[in-house]
Amino acid sequence: MAKFNSEPVKKSPRIDRLLDRYFASVPEIDADRAVLVTESYKATENEPMVTRRAKAFEHILKNIPIVIREDELIVGSSSKKSRGCQTFPEFSYDWLEAEFDTVANRIADPFNISKETCEKLAEANKYWKGRTTSELATSYMTPETKTAIKHNLFTVGNYYYNGVGHICVKYDEVLAIGYEGIIAKTEALLKALRPGDMDCGRKTHFYEAVIISCKAVIEYAERYAKLAEEEAAKCSDSVRKAELLQIAKNCHNVPRKGATSFYEACQTVWFIQQLLQVESSGHSISPGRFDQYMYPYYKKDIDNGVITREFAQELIDCFWIKLNDINKVRDAASAEGFAGYSLFQNLIVGGQNAAGIDVTNDLSFMCIDAAMHVMLPQPSLSIRVWNGTPHELMMKAATLTRTGVGLPAYYNDEVIIPSLLSRGVSLEDARNYCIIGCVEPQAPGKTEGWHDAAFFNMLRPLEMVFSNGYEDGELVTIETGDVANMKTFEEFYDAYKAQMNYAIELLVNADNAVDLAHMERCPLPFESCMVDGCLESGKTLQEGGAIYNFTGPQGFGIANVTDALVAIRTLVFEQKLLTLAEFKVALQENFGAAMDDATVSKITQSVAQSVAASGTPITEDLIKSIYEQVKQSAVSPEKKQKYDALLAAIDELPKYGNDIEEIDLFAKDVAYTYTRPMETYKNPRGGMFQAGLYPVSANVPLGAQTGATPDGRLAGKPIADGVGPASGRDKLGPTAAANSVARLDHGIASNGTLYNQKFHPSALSSTSALEKFVSYIRGYFDQKGMHVQFNVVSRETLLDAQQNPEKYKSLVVRVAGYSALFTSLSRSLQDDIINRTTQGF
Amino acid sequence: MSLENYLDQKGRIFDIQKYSIHDGPGIRTIVFLKGCYLRCRWCCNPESQEYDIQNMTVAGKTKVIGRDVTVREIMPEILKDIQYYRRSGGGVTLSGGESLAQPDFTEALLYACKVNGLHTAMESTGHAKFEVIERILPHLDLYLMDIKHMDSQKHQEFTTQPNGLILENARKIAERAKELIIRVPVIPTFNNTPEEIRAISEFAASLPNVKELHLLPYHRLGQDKYEGLGRKYLLDGIEPLNNDDMLPLLAVAEKSGLKCQIGG
Repeated sequence: MAKFNSEPVKKSPRIDRLLDRYFASVPEIDADRAVLVTESYKATENEPMVTRRAKAFEHILKNIPIVIREDELIVGSSSKKSRGCQTFPEFSYDWLEAEFDTVANRIADPFNISKETCEKLAEANKYWKGRTTSELATSYMTPETKTAIKHNLFTVGNYYYNGVGHICVKYDEVLAIGYEGIIAKTEALLKALRPGDMDCGRKTHFYEAVIISCKAVIEYAERYAKLAEEEAAKCSDSVRKAELLQIAKNCHNVPRKGATSFYEACQTVWFIQQLLQVESSGHSISPGRFDQYMYPYYKKDIDNGVITREFAQELIDCFWIKLNDINKVRDAASAEGFAGYSLFQNLIVGGQNAAGIDVTNDLSFMCIDAAMHVMLPQPSLSIRVWNGTPHELMMKAATLTRTGVGLPAYYNDEVIIPSLLSRGVSLEDARNYCIIGCVEPQAPGKTEGWHDAAFFNMLRPLEMVFSNGYEDGELVTIETGDVANMKTFEEFYDAYKAQMNYAIELLVNADNAVDLAHMERCPLPFESCMVDGCLESGKTLQEGGAIYNFTGPQGFGIANVTDALVAIRTLVFEQKLLTLAEFKVALQENFGAAMDDATVSKITQSVAQSVAASGTPITEDLIKSIYEQVKQSAVSPEKKQKYDALLAAIDELPKYGNDIEEIDLFAKDVAYTYTRPMETYKNPRGGMFQAGLYPVSANVPLGAQTGATPDGRLAGKPIADGVGPASGRDKLGPTAAANSVARLDHGIASNGTLYNQKFHPSALSSTSALEKFVSYIRGYFDQKGMHVQFNVVSRETLLDAQQNPEKYKSLVVRVAGYSALFTSLSRSLQDDIINRTTQGF
Repeated sequence: MSLENYLDQKGRIFDIQKYSIHDGPGIRTIVFLKGCYLRCRWCCNPESQEYDIQNMTVAGKTKVIGRDVTVREIMPEILKDIQYYRRSGGGVTLSGGESLAQPDFTEALLYACKVNGLHTAMESTGHAKFEVIERILPHLDLYLMDIKHMDSQKHQEFTTQPNGLILENARKIAERAKELIIRVPVIPTFNNTPEEIRAISEFAASLPNVKELHLLPYHRLGQDKYEGLGRKYLLDGIEPLNNDDMLPLLAVAEKSGLKCQIGG
């Protein structure tokens, strides 16, 4: 007998109805939460912060409008309309106020906002001046850090302006004992406190805050129970009436108590999932190993004939749709970095348990079926792969990949487990890892991982080498000397490392400033009560209560930096085709490509400065004439010819992504310039920094802020997306590219690495092709790649979708560590996805 | 040649292609050898036909086609994908051109692959002296052999060679090869009638040990290359075959009792 019952069941018509309504809905901003949190804060001014947070959460849950949407089986909605969102002024607010008039029409992730909502938010916002985490964070940063941020060396915008999120809590514990169980545990701890204990006061307030929060959640569910009863009373359709009565019963039982059925378990997990995203605006709240903690409830109900597989699948599908019901508005710049309305709720199936045994089960398959049924970006479905992963599961996953939805992402246990071990995670916890957000591994229910702590553009320090640390006449980093005086490649590379080290230290300073601000101003008692270590130590997650604490900022641009350094080494120091000074000018002049006005102005400024330095007085006329000369010089035919020859020479050089050992090992070393310094720093929660290597979708907007680079990349163009080769630079197919990527040290990037591949549908069209595709993933993982994900959609389809977005409203593509609706992405990000090399056969 | 110095054996190739999934089992690396005895009108690798190193215009740029390599030089390239071969049951496929036109190199390269435990396959017309083929067979796991037409005159018209030697060799290869799969390029105006396909498939079925037959539908992906080589494409105007064109022919072929499929 087959080990799994993996036979797919048919999609219920209910799911199509829910989907139709989903696609008909337009994201909209609500003011309710902002108004309520403000009211509560005003009323609790002199109380400890953790108590104020709990009381605000309670006030919100008591008063926020609730709604049961048509056809829903699992309830709990944070906004009146599907895909709506609430706001979180306690983290930051001014960016939204500045965008009131534009947020509905901006390029990335537009949201409707009514006049009334704007007024309510503006009124609430008045309270928040000087009280937000972001303002406090700023005051903790050094002046150098602020300068670096101003000049886009890195951005810590994610947690600077929002909550942290990025966590997988103990869903299993709430399923087992309910919030009453957690309250009982907390009450016992409270009772055990002695007035003379060193931290009696702080712990008392934390425990009380946990109890307030858990009771508020129980009451919130009770509101749904009542609403369901009321709607049932009014309902004339007997089938729906029965459904509503069942919903009422569920919400009365859970999450108050432990779940007694699979249906109740689904409702429990949803409430946890939803309400974590009401307490704070942090995204990447990840359900983690859903197939594991849900399986006992599924198996019991199936074995006892309480539930059919069809109904279980319908519930999972409903849960999937709920995960797409919540939304989050970010500032315009962040929205480009996390484009596609993504909440990054990562849900992972398969893999081994704490004892190292493969625990793939029927639910692992049903989760993949759910993704096929709904074909939506959320959850970010992942699959854990190791030598013990059943072939059947791999084939099932590949079948989902073939649909082009960009799911699932594949993760390699054989790399991630040792990587976590090296960070002090126990063997059992490491084997039980899940993925948070895009690609970040953590021990679920035990970790405050701060996984998405910053975007670090590795090309900016390279620019700083060429500019000797200056930009716009200001010293932005450190002086590493005029490149014209550098005699060897090693000298240049050392300057790069010095610039990297400097920028990394400032990044750490920025992150730790933000960390402190969250600790002081936004402790989260509800989230904390579901992570091991917090109740035991009497500390919130923000104070370092978790068992494992990390900060994980992600760097990107390895491919470009590698190709750039190879170009410098070869063309300048070996072939002596040009000098570093000439290379610098070539970059300033963008290799002779037409420059936009901003670039021309920038060069004009820099020329004017050197003229001024030589003692010539600067007049307006002189600046005008320099401006004209710069504009002309950039495109003169002689220059054009010279630069075309230079670009051709760069083109000829060996590139990362083509399985050339020497180049790939150099790339590995380049990656170390980011990952190694990072692991020497600590955060205020007592944990270490650990690097990630992935850009989410920031490679496009941050590429737009980066000038031309010596790898032949023109100013403003996207940077390589993740650890993959630079766009179009890999010429030898998917195995060669993957072999290059696998040569990097993925283990040291324990905050995750991201490798996007694009396959043409023809490469996965038959079962035999799919078998080979699965072998391809296994072969890549044998060589210690950490992660891989695929876009399987033809270039023609994507181009057509750009032209005719209305025809492709439901086209989901892989962006970075997540999928998004293609038509919701900005044009430049769409172009970036289209231009990633397609592996077709 | 003695296999003692097989690593130093020289040969002329024009491409090495990775992640090939249609030319033998699993994920494969194809080594394309230069030089062929036939001049098939539909050939999608016209740059493979001449043994001489040539210039071809590709996307406006001149590209040198062909390079001389030793087995020692190209084995590391082939071994780069060994993990994928292992996982997929794949290996190496020699294509061309016609590998039999460079027997010393072919023998040495296949031997080197076997020393490294790789599965080996060869796409070949079978148009060579059997003594040559006999040297190759011990190192070959799978012979992918084209049978293009049963009518010798038509064969000669479209490929410049009669089919006598090929059909004779086919029987000998079938008797001795570890595995032989017959492949038929299905070309409109040449062999895409049910009668022609029936004749080929009946012949294939009559060969001992042959179990599979692949029908490879005509495509014109190589057309640009003729232009790049300054040659005329003789099949200009012929439409590629789609699945609907192929299905009736597949049904005909299947009547032979062989396991048949469209595509490699």
